[in-house]
Amino acid sequence: MIVPATPPKVRVVTLKIDDKDLSAREDETILEVARQNRIAIPSLCFLEGLSIWGACRLCVVEMKGSSRLLSACSTRVTEGMEVQTNTERLRHYRRVILELLFAERNHVCSVCVSNGNCELQSLAQSCGLDHVRVPYRTSVYEVDPTHDLFRLDHNRCILCTRCVRVCDEIEGAHTWDVMGRGIGCRVVTDLKRPWGESASCTGCGKCVQVCPTGALVSQGTSAGEMRKDRRFLPYLSQMRGVR
Amino acid sequence: MNIDELRDVAEKVREEAAKCSHCLRVCTAAGCQSSGAGAVVEGLKAAVGDNPQVQVKSVGCMGLCSGGPLVEVESREGGSKVMYQKVTPGDASEIVESLGGRPVERLVCPTDIPFFASQQKIVLENSGVIDPEEIDDYIAADGYQALVTSLTEMQPDDVLREVTRSGLRGRGGGGYPTGLKWSTVAKMPAEQKFVVCNADEGDPGAFMDRGVLESDPHRVLEGMAIAAYAVGASRGYIYIRAEYPLAIERLKTAIRQAGRRRLLGLNICETRFSFDVEIRLGAGAFVCGEETALMASVEGLRGQPRPRPPYPAQEGLWGYPTLINNVETFGNVPSIIRHGGEWFAGIGTENSKGTKIFALAGRIQHTGLIEVPMGIPLREIVHTIGGGIPEGRTFKAVQTGGPSGGCIPESHLDVSVDYDNLRQVGSIMGSGGMIVMDDTSSMVDVARYFMDFCASESCGKCVPCRVGTHEMHGLLDKIARGQGTAADLALLEELCEVVQATSLCGLGQTAPNPVLSTLRYFRHEYEQLLRPSDDEKPASGGQVVTEAKS
Amino acid sequence: MSESRKITLATSWLDGCSGCHMSFLDIDERLIELADKVEFVYSPLVDYKQMPESIDVGILEGAVSSEDDLDKALKFRKHCKFLISLGDCAVTGNVPAMRNFFPLDAVFDRAFKENVQLQPQRPTVNVPKLLVPVRPIHSVVKVDLFIPGCPPSANTIWQILSELVAGRMPNPAQFTRFGA
Repeated sequence: MIVPATPPKVRVVTLKIDDKDLSAREDETILEVARQNRIAIPSLCFLEGLSIWGACRLCVVEMKGSSRLLSACSTRVTEGMEVQTNTERLRHYRRVILELLFAERNHVCSVCVSNGNCELQSLAQSCGLDHVRVPYRTSVYEVDPTHDLFRLDHNRCILCTRCVRVCDEIEGAHTWDVMGRGIGCRVVTDLKRPWGESASCTGCGKCVQVCPTGALVSQGTSAGEMRKDRRFLPYLSQMRGVR
Repeated sequence: MNIDELRDVAEKVREEAAKCSHCLRVCTAAGCQSSGAGAVVEGLKAAVGDNPQVQVKSVGCMGLCSGGPLVEVESREGGSKVMYQKVTPGDASEIVESLGGRPVERLVCPTDIPFFASQQKIVLENSGVIDPEEIDDYIAADGYQALVTSLTEMQPDDVLREVTRSGLRGRGGGGYPTGLKWSTVAKMPAEQKFVVCNADEGDPGAFMDRGVLESDPHRVLEGMAIAAYAVGASRGYIYIRAEYPLAIERLKTAIRQAGRRRLLGLNICETRFSFDVEIRLGAGAFVCGEETALMASVEGLRGQPRPRPPYPAQEGLWGYPTLINNVETFGNVPSIIRHGGEWFAGIGTENSKGTKIFALAGRIQHTGLIEVPMGIPLREIVHTIGGGIPEGRTFKAVQTGGPSGGCIPESHLDVSVDYDNLRQVGSIMGSGGMIVMDDTSSMVDVARYFMDFCASESCGKCVPCRVGTHEMHGLLDKIARGQGTAADLALLEELCEVVQATSLCGLGQTAPNPVLSTLRYFRHEYEQLLRPSDDEKPASGGQVVTEAKS
Repeated sequence: MSESRKITLATSWLDGCSGCHMSFLDIDERLIELADKVEFVYSPLVDYKQMPESIDVGILEGAVSSEDDLDKALKFRKHCKFLISLGDCAVTGNVPAMRNFFPLDAVFDRAFKENVQLQPQRPTVNVPKLLVPVRPIHSVVKVDLFIPGCPPSANTIWQILSELVAGRMPNPAQFTRFGA
């Protein structure tokens, strides 16, 4: 005997992204559905597994029937939705947003430890940004090298808050947060104490790995930084004797 | 409390008042208080002494702030009223002695001028009349009747229908239909819902909400309670900026008094409806007037907006459906319930019903708080009610809608004030601030001022607003200093478009408006300030050169 | 482009390390191929002292840091029909622009006093005045094509020049990026 199905909690909807007919679960976002279907939408603050932040605005898309642009990372799909992700207007806006990010702090790629390994840098290339017209701010930001394992360089930070979210939501330490407002915002550890003195940091390094730029890096990654720990040398002969 | 008990209280207050021959009302809202109204009250009380025939009363805002401290004398016999302006404590005995005789001529403020005569008061009907710290005074002015009627004689659906029928739209600036918002929250299936009153009035030059809360706080509480009944909420928050200490004090008093009268709290009017209101203080961030940032702040988080949808009506405070309305919106509700939605819809224009409170400021004869029917021509507000421009200068523009709004020039002054018309001329209704500018104002400076405001009030979450407003301010500053080129102006316009289109919340999306509207009407002022670019000129002129000191 | 006339090319370096010019030279034997179609009319790599009145393509390396840089940029813009910013210093300001973080006096002291043992002093004669801030070329004159990279690889330069010589507008993002 066939047991009648219980109605599903989540329905499946059909929608169009860039004129492609697609199906998706209604609890998925435009960005998730697009990526499943190999439609590339640029993003910086989004990271699968972390909560949605919606702040970089690179993933904005056009939706038919809406005069407002929607951020693809935060907007759930609906039945019959028609989305355009790559119009000339959107490409232009994305380039300007990237220009603003490059102008905000000091992203000198050629001398950055993350050169060649940076999402901001590669997005600039893939979005066709080859120069920045917005005046550079050229404010000096400090570097916090106090942690044994990691280093924070505010000059390269784009305030995507991936570090804040991964630390809070995954590691559960909530060492990171954001202080200040407007252009004066910056990420801080433990109410703006030096990272090395943080009582809450577990040293797990997740923040470093999720950071899209060279703002959070491992110590010892720029020239001349190798520090040898030779404290065990006096005991070498004893160690040898044990064998 | 039921409707009969309410009437008894009202009757008692009226009887008490009838015992006096004269009532002296002194405005003790923030404007008049800062020009010395407190001392005037003391002076009048001293002059009256123990004469039971004369009552001295602290009341709320009478509107004409430029004339403060204001005192109104009402004589019971014949009901005649005289208003005095710029009263000092030294005038007290003269005023008291004049009672029953001829008024003190040198202090009289004519009330037949258009500033008073052209107004139509709904939300401000009790302002300047009742004592905001006395709940019985409010009850005597038919207060809490609407709440009691709603609870005892109407179903929540009936309340929704009246509000929808009234055509009321959100007075905080967006103009979203209030009935629709309420119904959305009412339809949400949830065991817990919230009502939030947004009193985080932050626009430069705007003080409508402050006026209402300082003058008639119970009206807002009553509106909130009716809303809560309609949508099925049991808790409310008033989010008010800490810079309004007097409004906060009066709200606290009002909440305490309403609780004691059992018009707030458990089982109001012996029904199953319960509603508690708490105050939350804003710590000075303009962005916390944005509803999602406001909710984050109420929850104790950093006051930053989040993407919508989901809207607060779906997922608001702690994820529960939440109704957020502005002070003035709630202030309209008791009148709508008392007189019916039909009555309200009869006032105003096709798409904008009712009245609107404006705060007149800037280069204008009469500054203060006014309430006028929607659809009134802007020219009438500025030149007739406002009394025109002082010192023989000429009108240049009026800025409406605060940092999210725009500047309207002489050529559009005949526009009738409603949501859609103001949008069409490149501004917005906003919450009701109106700053009038005369021919001495530079519009580039105005745009720069507002951009500076937006940049420093940006929460810093999204890139276009955080960096875009900062860069736009830099470009405006450069142009205002005569250092900008045509390329700078073009880049400024481009940034305006991008920030408007891509910002996360309303603050960023509307931040370019002052620039766009001044560019639209006063482009020549920008162009006059431009200098030729480097490649159009001989080398090294106009450069920022810092010579090496030897 | 007609066969009879070669494309005229001028290059110069402003505030930079001349690494982009070195990278240019690194196209090696392809220089000969290029020389068939292009004539260097003014460049630190050749010996012409006078800049011709009209040049087809100008290539500038380095950021605008001094009055001399500014003059060069303006001169190139005036004489060249098509102006290229070559390398990160020209395109973004890059390393030369890092002095923008410090007051000019501090920069001078570091360069000419603190690290100098013999007669520490500031050069004042026959040196161009420095500008504040250091800026990319396009913030001074209009630039038609940007080739980021530190330096752009020889291949990048070759590909982009080949496209231009063939009369097509290249897309540098295909070959290079900031910091490449």
